[in-house]
Amino acid sequence: MLYFSRTKIITVIFFTSIFICLTLTNFIKIDDNLFKKKINLGLDLQGGSYLLLEIDNQPVITQKLQNKLTSLRKYFKENNITYKNLKIVATNLISFELKDDQAESFYSLLESKDNDNLINPYYQRFKSHEYDVNFSENIFNLKFSKYGLVELKKSSLNQALEIVRRRIDEVGTNEPNILRRGSDRILVELPGLDDPERIKSLLGKTANLTFRFVSQENESSFGSEKLFSVDDDEELIVSKRIILSGENLVDAQPRMDNQSNETVVSFTLDRVGAKRFGKATTSGIGKRLAIVLDGEIISAPVVRDAIVSGSGQISGDFTFQSATDLSLLLRSGALPAPMNIIEERTVGPGLGKDSINAGILALIIGFSLVIIFMFYKYRFFGLIANIALIINLFLLIGVLTLFEATLTLPGIAGIILTVGMAVDANVLIFERIKEETKIEKNNIIAFDSGYTRSRTAVIDANITTLISAVILFFLGSGPVKGFSVTLGVGIFTTMFSVYYIARLLTSFYVNKNKNKESLI
Amino acid sequence: MDDYKINLKNYNLEKKSKYNFNKYLKFFNLISIALVIISIILLFFKGLNFGVDFKGGTLIELRATDKQITISQLRQSFLNMNLGDVNIKEFGKNDDYLIKFEKKEDNNPNLINEIKKDLTKSVGEGFNFRRVENVGPKVSSELLKSGIIAIALSLTAMLIYIWIRFEWQFSIGAILALFHDVFLTLGIFSLFNLEINLSIVAAILTIVGYSMNDTVVIYDRVRENLRKFSDIKIFDLTNLSINETLSRTIITSVTTLLALVSIYIFGGEILRGFSLAMILGVIFGTYSSMYIANSVLIKLKVSQKTILKEEDKN
Repeated sequence: MLYFSRTKIITVIFFTSIFICLTLTNFIKIDDNLFKKKINLGLDLQGGSYLLLEIDNQPVITQKLQNKLTSLRKYFKENNITYKNLKIVATNLISFELKDDQAESFYSLLESKDNDNLINPYYQRFKSHEYDVNFSENIFNLKFSKYGLVELKKSSLNQALEIVRRRIDEVGTNEPNILRRGSDRILVELPGLDDPERIKSLLGKTANLTFRFVSQENESSFGSEKLFSVDDDEELIVSKRIILSGENLVDAQPRMDNQSNETVVSFTLDRVGAKRFGKATTSGIGKRLAIVLDGEIISAPVVRDAIVSGSGQISGDFTFQSATDLSLLLRSGALPAPMNIIEERTVGPGLGKDSINAGILALIIGFSLVIIFMFYKYRFFGLIANIALIINLFLLIGVLTLFEATLTLPGIAGIILTVGMAVDANVLIFERIKEETKIEKNNIIAFDSGYTRSRTAVIDANITTLISAVILFFLGSGPVKGFSVTLGVGIFTTMFSVYYIARLLTSFYVNKNKNKESLI
Repeated sequence: MDDYKINLKNYNLEKKSKYNFNKYLKFFNLISIALVIISIILLFFKGLNFGVDFKGGTLIELRATDKQITISQLRQSFLNMNLGDVNIKEFGKNDDYLIKFEKKEDNNPNLINEIKKDLTKSVGEGFNFRRVENVGPKVSSELLKSGIIAIALSLTAMLIYIWIRFEWQFSIGAILALFHDVFLTLGIFSLFNLEINLSIVAAILTIVGYSMNDTVVIYDRVRENLRKFSDIKIFDLTNLSINETLSRTIITSVTTLLALVSIYIFGGEILRGFSLAMILGVIFGTYSSMYIANSVLIKLKVSQKTILKEEDKN
């Protein structure tokens, strides 16, 4: 165990120096691709916000069922099929009844696996239809199948991801991290953001904008609904017929209105929107046009002239900030479904800095204490263990730099803990050598068997810690994951520093002093 | 303590066990059993003080830059906000406070902003929020579940690992020692009402790894001695093995504790609970490797045959 070939020595020195350089590049700037790498600081150290958003898919499901209902009605009409009791039951089921002779054939149509089955599309890769059909006694019950829901969630998650990205880009934060999590969640990490409140309120809005006429009636009926108007502070009856929606907008900007000295949001419509808006305003002069955002009326101005230019403005009780936010939301588009922030963790930059300082202080003190203790206990071999420990620390930080790992506060704790536990391997070996020297007078043989006989204990002991770290890596979240990374990487660097660095140094020393008594 | 000698006349070497650890084995076993039972009773009847990670709710770390702000002022202002049961305590430095409450209404993205505004009205602008954590009920129950799974999984993994590396008797001893450490640590957290959060779960997993590490080193020696000496009873043999590995056990515990104590003292308020759990775990782990893990081997009457049988098979 004590023999090292020359090539092995050179390899060890080479790798060690590379990792020491990698560690140092965190503090010095070098223009080289390998040495440009840096450890990322976690949100808890550099400050920032972690938001977990969950999409509420129920409105999308309701909307889809509503659309399906309409298309079924249309299909029945076109094909002269008589239907009864076509309705949505309990928010997730479409139910209807057909006549005997038509029911069977319609059922086989629903169950068809052809590509042109538009009523109940068949997903080849899932081997499943969009809807599960329950058919008995001429009554049909249609419900989203498992894979139908999967598809629906996937598409609304993709859309939402895009919109979230656009909204955050518009605000212009530093290197945001936007990731999907599971089937209906989005993780947003915003490093360096001191006050996430604006982004939170922007992400919390669906931003579903519609232009609809205020109804002349006094009571809401089938084609209209009662909505609260923020501007008038009262409820208005608004028609359900949508003149224009947010999708028709190509641009929106906050602006100061010269005449009224109010802040307004001016918008530009696409071609289709401009045409429809022109038509509606021409025929609706004198009527009030309600501008509805997420179920609330922002304002309901009276149409004075036909607007055919394809641009207009929304007035309301805006401050410049709220007008800026509204235009941002309109520019980036509406979310397919409402989203809730189900987890938020924000660390201010002050606390992050304090945590770094405290972590580094604890590291320096813990490290020094361990080094002093080892030197006191083993003298010369303590020195060897300490050199291995210092190199171990460089290797650990070097590996983290190489993989551009994220360092968190518990991660720093993991490094300090590694320092405390890393000496264990050397202690095991040294203690074993001490025992061996009692029975074997030849130093080289004693040291050699000390290394050999302690090996199973060293490896077993480190694998147990590694198991904990791996489990923590897969099941832990956020900062705790950072801890498992440093702890796990620490075990490998410890093994290297103990079996290559410390053993190399020991072998030099023992070979030089093989005839001395009581080396350790 | 008396020098404790084992008769080794069949071997040409003098083996000495300096300390007779097993003299107090029964006594310590009883104490351990009592402590584990007390911990389980505490966990059942008093329960654990779960933080927002596992209970859901909101946590705000507030720093008062205006020295005039007092904790009672803060308490009064938060009481007026109708947030339900609000818990406010000092945190580390004199002017830092930790405010915790379980949110009543869900999904208000402006909650923190509203609190900030209300607070400015009542105590002025001399404060800032250093940290805000807001965990919904769904997420907190998921986190709790994955925490429990992680601990259960690590215990199982250790059980299997020791089973593969040693014999089943050893793996039972090791796992009982681990249960002992985990329950005692949780028992102390329950007794002193210390907060359990995500980092405590990380600490417990590390304790599992560390305690195992300690047990494995002693077991490794027990196995080696079992091979060497056929006529030493397991009772004396475990004692011999503990003695032989004692200085390593002490040195490693000391260096690990040095590192942990420096995290506890200098690493800041956030790491305090984590490092405390680890310190407790290292102490319990060291003790249990010596007194729990080995007494299982004694109870199960492990002998040279136990390991030789296995080696014959290979």
